[in-house]
Amino acid sequence: MKIPEIDLYLIAPEIVITAFAFLVLLIDVFSPKKEKKGYLGIISLIGIIISFLYTLPLMGSPQSGFAGMFTSDGYALFFKITFLIIAFLTILISIGYTRREGIEFGEYYALLLFATLGMMLMAAGTHLIIIFLGLETMSISIYVLAGMMREDRRSVESALKYFLLGAFATGFLLYGMALIYGATGSLYLKDIASYISAKNLLRSPMLLMSLVFLTIGFGFKVASVPFHMWTPDVYEGAPTSITAFMATGVKAAAFSALVRVFFSALPAFRPDWTSIMWVIAVATMTLGNIVAISQTNIKRLLAYSSIAHAGYILVAFVAGNDLGTSGILFYLMAYAFMNIGAFTVVILLGKKGEENTLINDYAGIGFKYPLLAAAMTIFLLSMAGIPPLGGFMAKFYVFSAAVKGKFYWLAILGVLNSAVSVYYYLRVTVLMYFRESEREITGLQFPPASVFALIVAVVGTLYLGIFPSDVLSFAQRSIAGLM
Amino acid sequence: MDILGIPILTLLIFFPIVGAVVLLFINKEKAGALRVVTLIFAIAEFIFSLPLFFAFDSKTAAMQFVEDWWWIQAYGISYKVGIDGISLLLVLLTTFLTVLCILCSWTAITFRVKEYMISFLFLETGMIGALVALDLILFYVFWEVMLIPMYLLIGVWGDPKRRIYAAIKFFLFTMAGSVLMLVAILILYFINLKATGKPTFDVLELYKLGIPAGTQYWLFAAFALAFAIKVPMFPFHTWLPDAHTEAPTAGSVILAGVLLKMGTYGFIRFAMPLFPRAAFDLLPVVSVLALIGIIYGALVSMMQPDLKRLVAFSSVSHLGYVMLGMFALNMQGVQGSIYQMLNHGISTGSLFLIVGMIYERRHTRMIADFGGLSKVMPIFAAFFMIVSLSSIGLPGTNGFVGEFLILLGVFQSNVVYGVLAATGVILGAAYMLWMFQRVMFGKITRPENEKLKDLNAREITIMVPMVILIFLMGIYPKLFFNKMDVSVERFLKDFKGKIEMKTDVPAPILKAEIVKGENR
Repeated sequence: MKIPEIDLYLIAPEIVITAFAFLVLLIDVFSPKKEKKGYLGIISLIGIIISFLYTLPLMGSPQSGFAGMFTSDGYALFFKITFLIIAFLTILISIGYTRREGIEFGEYYALLLFATLGMMLMAAGTHLIIIFLGLETMSISIYVLAGMMREDRRSVESALKYFLLGAFATGFLLYGMALIYGATGSLYLKDIASYISAKNLLRSPMLLMSLVFLTIGFGFKVASVPFHMWTPDVYEGAPTSITAFMATGVKAAAFSALVRVFFSALPAFRPDWTSIMWVIAVATMTLGNIVAISQTNIKRLLAYSSIAHAGYILVAFVAGNDLGTSGILFYLMAYAFMNIGAFTVVILLGKKGEENTLINDYAGIGFKYPLLAAAMTIFLLSMAGIPPLGGFMAKFYVFSAAVKGKFYWLAILGVLNSAVSVYYYLRVTVLMYFRESEREITGLQFPPASVFALIVAVVGTLYLGIFPSDVLSFAQRSIAGLM
Repeated sequence: MDILGIPILTLLIFFPIVGAVVLLFINKEKAGALRVVTLIFAIAEFIFSLPLFFAFDSKTAAMQFVEDWWWIQAYGISYKVGIDGISLLLVLLTTFLTVLCILCSWTAITFRVKEYMISFLFLETGMIGALVALDLILFYVFWEVMLIPMYLLIGVWGDPKRRIYAAIKFFLFTMAGSVLMLVAILILYFINLKATGKPTFDVLELYKLGIPAGTQYWLFAAFALAFAIKVPMFPFHTWLPDAHTEAPTAGSVILAGVLLKMGTYGFIRFAMPLFPRAAFDLLPVVSVLALIGIIYGALVSMMQPDLKRLVAFSSVSHLGYVMLGMFALNMQGVQGSIYQMLNHGISTGSLFLIVGMIYERRHTRMIADFGGLSKVMPIFAAFFMIVSLSSIGLPGTNGFVGEFLILLGVFQSNVVYGVLAATGVILGAAYMLWMFQRVMFGKITRPENEKLKDLNAREITIMVPMVILIFLMGIYPKLFFNKMDVSVERFLKDFKGKIEMKTDVPAPILKAEIVKGENR
């Protein structure tokens, strides 16, 4: 057996992240102080920046390594950049938050970096095992992170719930992969596709079953209906910084793998999955938006809104054309900025022992903390799809993909859903600006790192809305080798 | 084209935002300074807009002062702005009314002045942008941008009782209509892309497209819904009385004066020229809804106990005329319709100002609380009289010219519509004069009304330009018609040319496709 070539420079970004994760762990072990671990966050940030710098030179020339199990194409790189941005923002908001909540452990940052590593592998894997390993690396780190506040019952409940259901869903995913291997004899995405078309396995019951299992497994991770049940509880209970990370990072990673597996390995089954996903997309958007209307907790509201956003992204997935795929990439990046931004505001409005996550707590902050409220308004309106914000452009691409693919009803249901969503996003602004506060929220702290994250998120949201050209053409170039 | 090397339309769009940024740096306690700075910016904006009127070439129907830059080139989305005879006057109306709105908020807005002024300047940017945009996506962006400041104006500074309900209703109605328009814009884009191979959202390019009739119906319906809600046409008008009644005076003025015109302007700039076949075939539907609006609006106005609601419902009636005239599809009808858009901005805007002035003094708008005001407030009474008569359409005032032309046009195209519309004129006179009589004449029944102060210098300054315009537009309409003649002629020629072209020969492809998509 020939030993496959080792192409380390291709995985340089991943190596950097891994090295820094270990570094953080080591420093944590040998550092004398029990408290004040904020500098570990700074070290993690440096790791992310270095990883980003190693990502840049890989652009432009798609290459694959490790005997074709790992690729460094535009698609993977776009996602890696998105994950690095998400991790960067998450760590920024974590520095202040973990100190406030007393969960300032070194493991926190190490696990965040490991989760990022898993995401990067998911986007870059062209072999089912690599994708699965990435998914597990990410998931296990997140299970632990969700339960970081071990004194808090809701956090522990959230972690347990996420772990049990997540493990179950991962089982489905693995079973689906096993069935594919059984039917085609390969785990390489390209080989699977060519085997299916060569042997004309379109009606193979094994493959159809695997399609269903993969849909369930990925559907769980992206929080699509009917596999969304865990989302509100987990998002509500987990530390808010981790919720932001889950809502953006995990979703993006799951979509990256979903799109690659379905488009590269199973394009022959497109008519089958199009009809399944059509239904799932509509159900996800509609349920997410309608249930969000009646929420009283901002974290649950954002959880349901994130379900709805998964639905919009699935619209682009169903459209399946180049516009749709690049739309998914653009959407996930825009969503990262606006959603982490919104969670940052949620964090900043709370203090130790007083989270202030009820929507009614937002009454009157519009004039008390004008900049914070203005930032929140920008994020919420962006999620509602109001121009000229990033969320509008993202929805614009998604729906134009649907129209281009002649899924007119899907586009119409999508925009109507978007109009419904305006109601609950506006409800928060109504409270912030139109109502007087019933009780004073005082003594808020604004750690500089969190404020910086907020500024980055606002700038990102506005930039993607007003000057979307660059990122969009980058996204379009990125999907070149995918289909 | 620029004036003195300055891209004038871009300047007009973004100058108010510069003002808003300047306001950010002023201490919010200094309400006086905030007001003055905003006023300076509003007046400067108005002055900047004046050269448009004088430099405008009224001999060509082409777009003028055009600026065309790529925004998102890959999709053919451009930053393309320009004006013709139809939008020119509406732009001027916007900059003019904004100045008056800032003035009339001087004492009415006492809290959160900074945020108020910033919202107002953003609103102006949105309005000008929507009026000059020649790219569908650019238009859509500005169209939505207008929503947020107006939503805040109603929700924060509105009448405490029902402001939140009114603000949300306003936002959701407009939003629900416009998202379907977005889908229609996208479908149009892909039809054009397929036909010409050139990605573009440029309206002038899309005008040239021949779309199969079956498709046109769907697309027109989506555009018409968005615009009909904004106009508002019966039966989509229910948000209007709430929004108008709850909004602060300046909000009502700008809502009536400009925002409603976005709906009618949308019909004449987008829905009708893009989908002429559908517009022509659906003419009876639109006309009948407009007629219902005229008569229903007038009847409901008559029964309103609240002055502001009365004026709000009169808007429904007036805008019915605008729609009816536009769909008469002849020179008189369309010109009258555009003229009436301006008139309505001035007359109804003035009426809201008047109601605002009286509300500031008495903190009530109920007709029953007044009576005999002409004795204590003679200057006020004079202005009120002129404005009411202009709203009724008395010869010599602007209202007459517009209504007369519309009726002339409608009678030419359909006598029955003409007769019905004319009854609206009578009803209009009835509710306005009856209201005027109840408020201004008779004995003073309430002691509070005896000591009301007459208008002060600032309020007179607000009303005088309005009155001058009322008479100028009533006596010398040629000044304004000159500017729009060629553009309207061109609009009608293109419209009729496209209807005679048999666009309905190809099978309604899209309809079949929609059905197919549904079954997936």
